[in-house]
Parts: sequence; structure tokens; C-alpha cells
Amino acid sequence: MSILANQRTKVLVQGITGNEGLFHTAQMFQYKTNIVAGVSPGRGGDWVLDGKIPVFDSVKSAVETTGADASVIFVPARNCADAIYEAADAGISLIICITEGVPVQDMMRVKQFLAHKDTKIIGPNCPGILCPGSTKIGIIPGNITFPGNIGVISKSGTLTYEVLYALKQANHGVSTCVGIGGDPIKGLGFSDCLELFESDAKTDQIVLIGEIGGNEEELAADYISRYMTKPVVAFIAGVTAPPGKRMGHAGAIIEGKEGTAQEKIKILEESGIRVAQFPEQIPSLLA
Amino acid sequence: MKLHEYQSKQIFFRYGIPVPKGRIAGTSSEVKQIAEELGGRVIVKSQVLVGGRGKAGGIRLAKSATEAQELATTILGMEIKGLPVRKVLVDEAVNIIKEFYVGIVNDRKKQMPVLIASGAGGMDIEEVAQNNPEKIVRTYIDPLLGIRDYQLRDVAISIDLPRDLWKSFIEIVRSLWQVYVNCDATLTEINPLVINSENHLVALDAKIIIDDNALFRQSELADLRDNDIEDATEIEARKFGITYIKLDGNIGCMVNGAGLAMATMDILGIYGGKAANFLDIGGGASAEKVFSSLKIIHSDSRVKSILINIFGGITRCDEVAKGVVQAVNDMSITTPMVIRLVGTNQEEGRKILANSQFIPAESLIEAAEKAVFVSRETVS
Repeated sequence: MSILANQRTKVLVQGITGNEGLFHTAQMFQYKTNIVAGVSPGRGGDWVLDGKIPVFDSVKSAVETTGADASVIFVPARNCADAIYEAADAGISLIICITEGVPVQDMMRVKQFLAHKDTKIIGPNCPGILCPGSTKIGIIPGNITFPGNIGVISKSGTLTYEVLYALKQANHGVSTCVGIGGDPIKGLGFSDCLELFESDAKTDQIVLIGEIGGNEEELAADYISRYMTKPVVAFIAGVTAPPGKRMGHAGAIIEGKEGTAQEKIKILEESGIRVAQFPEQIPSLLA
Repeated sequence: MKLHEYQSKQIFFRYGIPVPKGRIAGTSSEVKQIAEELGGRVIVKSQVLVGGRGKAGGIRLAKSATEAQELATTILGMEIKGLPVRKVLVDEAVNIIKEFYVGIVNDRKKQMPVLIASGAGGMDIEEVAQNNPEKIVRTYIDPLLGIRDYQLRDVAISIDLPRDLWKSFIEIVRSLWQVYVNCDATLTEINPLVINSENHLVALDAKIIIDDNALFRQSELADLRDNDIEDATEIEARKFGITYIKLDGNIGCMVNGAGLAMATMDILGIYGGKAANFLDIGGGASAEKVFSSLKIIHSDSRVKSILINIFGGITRCDEVAKGVVQAVNDMSITTPMVIRLVGTNQEEGRKILANSQFIPAESLIEAAEKAVFVSRETVS
């Protein structure tokens, strides 16, 4: 098993007819993800991938026809909040938002809107989730890992791939990899995913990849020391990052004295979590 | 993106928040004229996007128009924390009876906006928060509902605002919330909000920071960007869709992905090296983008070696390799280059780079170690 999704998850793609949407739909399809529909307002009735996937004008009509329960979003940032509201209102239970550059206030409103619903959201600005050998919802390359017992949670994209690759080289497979994204206001956080991994029978240990900015790693350290029985290995990027500069990700910024990698590493280590100095060291720290 | 005080005050004024009478000036003779119009007693305030303007001597009180002109001559020639003072705001002087702090900011931890208020206005609010946290009132705002009136009354009570000013305070903070929402701000701040000798509330200073992600729908505000606070290379890079941040080392880095770019910088540190820059070419970068990235790195004379670390997903290693070869040939780059290509089309990419002066690396640590080593071999 995996967390959040599996082979039976019926996935729809919002923004399926755009460049990114179409490219990654093909990749997901190749990975045997159960993609049941695409949504692109004004393109309802079309088919993509040589007639394999129907396109609908709205999420509501796609859900009614196909029973989709998860949505992956590739629409432009300016339309992203609306796409999330649409998916949630249509009863989608898992939304994965790949789009980068979503306005912060849009995400705050989205979070408040979803607070009283059963819909989970991952992202925005994230690579999505990969359950090796089972399903892929997002853009994480499928060939850099294989099924196994390590759970991976990360704020990053390519850095995550680097870690998956390092694990593969050391012959470690992965149960689920969740890219939660690097925005300051976002859906699922480290602690949410840790909780899911703790109760997942197929996950024996967890790799957590954090970075400068915010205090989520600190909260995760606290969560781990209180509730986790499974071992966790961490890596925190940005030890050499200067303060006050946004290091690519919207949320990767040391503000005043807050959010430094050094502080995060210290707190993680004080909570008994092993912290790797570089990604390729992670496998040697696993139990 | 930060706005200047005078830009923020113009916005406040449009939203009905009382600000002192004043105007912006670029020369000392303009300052004199404005000061005369305002009756002589004015504050001359440097307009630079850094804190600590007052301590640096960039905010001065003038008792006459002539003095204002003299002060402006000094201030307009100043640099504050490395930034040239190009403009000054000339505001009528206000007699201050009491000072308050009011600000609305994104609270990352609670994932919602928070209204921060304090009776200890005019001071660095972060210092107050650290030393006298009891003097700060935090009110979380439901982003879908906006600020409730009772919340504003509660705030007025808790900062000991005189009752006769509650109504005006509530209107000001409600407008501040409107500014925050309509401008897609991450921060709107009045520090200090003062009671003047006529018993009116006035915003003596104004600060607005706009969410960069929202600039697509804030085009009027986007035009207000002050390029002085950014490195020229960083601005240039942004035009190509590249994120570049200048650092103080001598190893030029080109990486795909922000997290990986940071991790790459960090590993150089493990081997005693230091990155000259953070550079993220983004996802799915074309050969042209790679070319532009190398052009930027190559233009930095401090760079003694270049480390290229690509983990191909949507980025194709062969496309990167093409860009690298073209850059090296067109610009005759002789700086030693360590290249690590892993992932999508890595074999094709490596083939393009074979039989040349590039130093290949398999792993991230090998790449970092080699880049540090060759940076020390290179004679400037």
C-alpha cells in the first residue's frame, strides 16, 4: 500500500490541453496511473492521447461521468484558486496542485475554504506524489525509484529526485514520495504526511527533505519526538543561504533570524533525528 | 516587492487613510518650494528601501524652507546601507501626542492574515515583540470574511486608544485591510499611527510589500519597482526566466531546481569551497536558457570554476549539453567546468560533451569536490 493514493485512485487532470498538462498526462498514463478524465473549459467533448482520455468542460461533469476522486492541477497561476474551488465543490477528495506562482492571498482563501471540507490539498508549486509501481499523480519521474519501504516527504522538486536516485543507487525502494511544495502557504505539511506514514503498513522509515524558511521542520521535529515510532532521517537545504533572499521557492527565505537551516538541523538533531549533510549521505543513515 | 513610503502614502490617501500633507522631490530647490507651500516646518525623509533611515540621518526635521533645502542637499547626496538616495519625501511636521503601531501581515505559521497592533508605536516592532511581547496584540483575520468590527473594537480597547478616536481608528484599519486585499500585499503597515495635537489620527509612515506572485494582476504596482535594491545581474536573469542570486564565493553554479541549487551550494561548503551564485534554470530549460545562464556566470570575474549540476526530469540533459557547448564556443569560456548530468537523456547529453575540456562527474559529492579543487588550481 501507499499513502494518499493507489492504483484505484481515479485521477482527473485540470488543464489537460495545455503544454504541461498534456505532456505530464502522457507520462502519468505511461506509468499506468488511472487517469479517467481531463478538464479544459471550452474543450469538452475532445479526446486526448489518441482518444484514450475524454475532456470535459467542468470538473462537475467529469466527476459525474467518470467518478474521478483526485485531481491534478496544471492550470496557469491566475486561474489556480478557481480550479481548486471547482474541484472541491465537485467533491474531489484529493487535489494536487503543480502550478507555480499562485498568489499568496489566493492560497490563504483556499485554505480557509477547505478548512471545513474533507478535501485534502497538496501544493501548490509541488511535484506531486509518486507511489512507485502503483501510481503517479504529478511530475516526479517514475524511473528513478522502485517500490520499497521508505516514505519520502519533501518541499523540493529536483532535490527530491536526487534523493530518490541516491536511495535507488543504495538499493532502497520507496512506498510513497510526497512533494508538498515550497510555498509559504500550502496544503499538506510535513506533520500531516508523517502521521500518514506512521500508520502505513508498507512504510518502515521516512526521509524528510526540508529547506530554509518557515518553521515546519521544527514542528515536524516536535511531531516526530512525540508521536513517531518509525525512524526518520532528514536533510535540510540552505546551510549556506544568505538571509533575506528568496532562494527560488517562494517560501525559502530566512526572515530576520528565523528559518535558518542551522536552527532546523539543531532542533531536528535534539529531537533524535539523524540529519544528512548532503543528499547522497541519506542512505547510510537509514536504519 | 517593496513600495517606497511616498508610494505607500499615495495609496493610503486614495483609501482614505489620513497622511500628512506632503510631496516627493528629487532636487533641493524642489524641496524648498514644497516646504514653503507647507508653511516651512517640514520633515525631509529619504526614500530608500531599507530600514534604519532615521538612525542613518536620512530623516530630518526642518524649521524653515531654507533649512529644508540645506538638509535635502545633504540627504540627496547620501547612501544609506549602500543605496543612493534619489528622492526625498517632504511632509508637513506633525505634533505627536501619542504613537501606535498597526500592521497587517501574512502569518505563515497560522496560514492566515494577522492584524498586529501595539501602543508602543514608532519603535522597531520586532524588537517590541521580542522584549515586550505583552505590548503586542495579534488578531487573526478570516481571509474569506475580512476583519470583523468587534475585532477592531477589541484592538482599540487593548491598545488603550481614547474612546473618541475609536471610530476613526476602525475606519483606518478597515481601509488598511482593503489596501492589503486589493494590492495583494504581504504586508501593510503604519508605524507610527499618531494622535496629533488636533486630536486626530494620522499615518506618519507607510509601508507596503506586494506579493511577487500577484504582480500579473497588479500591473500598476509592478511598474513602481525600484531596481536600486536589486543586483543588476539578478534583474537581467529574471528577464530570461532564470533565478540568480549573487553570493560571495568563486565557484559559479548552474543547477535545475531551487532546492537542488541550494543543496549544491551547501556541498561546496563541505569541501571548503564557496558558491559565487545561486542559479536555478527552472524546469524544462531550453539550450538558449542554458546559454544565457552561462553568459551570466561567465560575466562574473570572480568565478574560478563552474559547476553544472543537472538532474533531468522534464529538463533534458542533451538540451542542456547543447546550450553548454554553444556557450563555451561562442564566448570562448576557458574557466574549468565540472559537469554532472543525470536523468532524462543523460547518455545523449554526455555524448555531446565528450572529447572536450569538460570535467565529468557521476555523483553530487564528486562534482562538488572537483569544482572546489579546480577553483584552487585556476590562476586569476
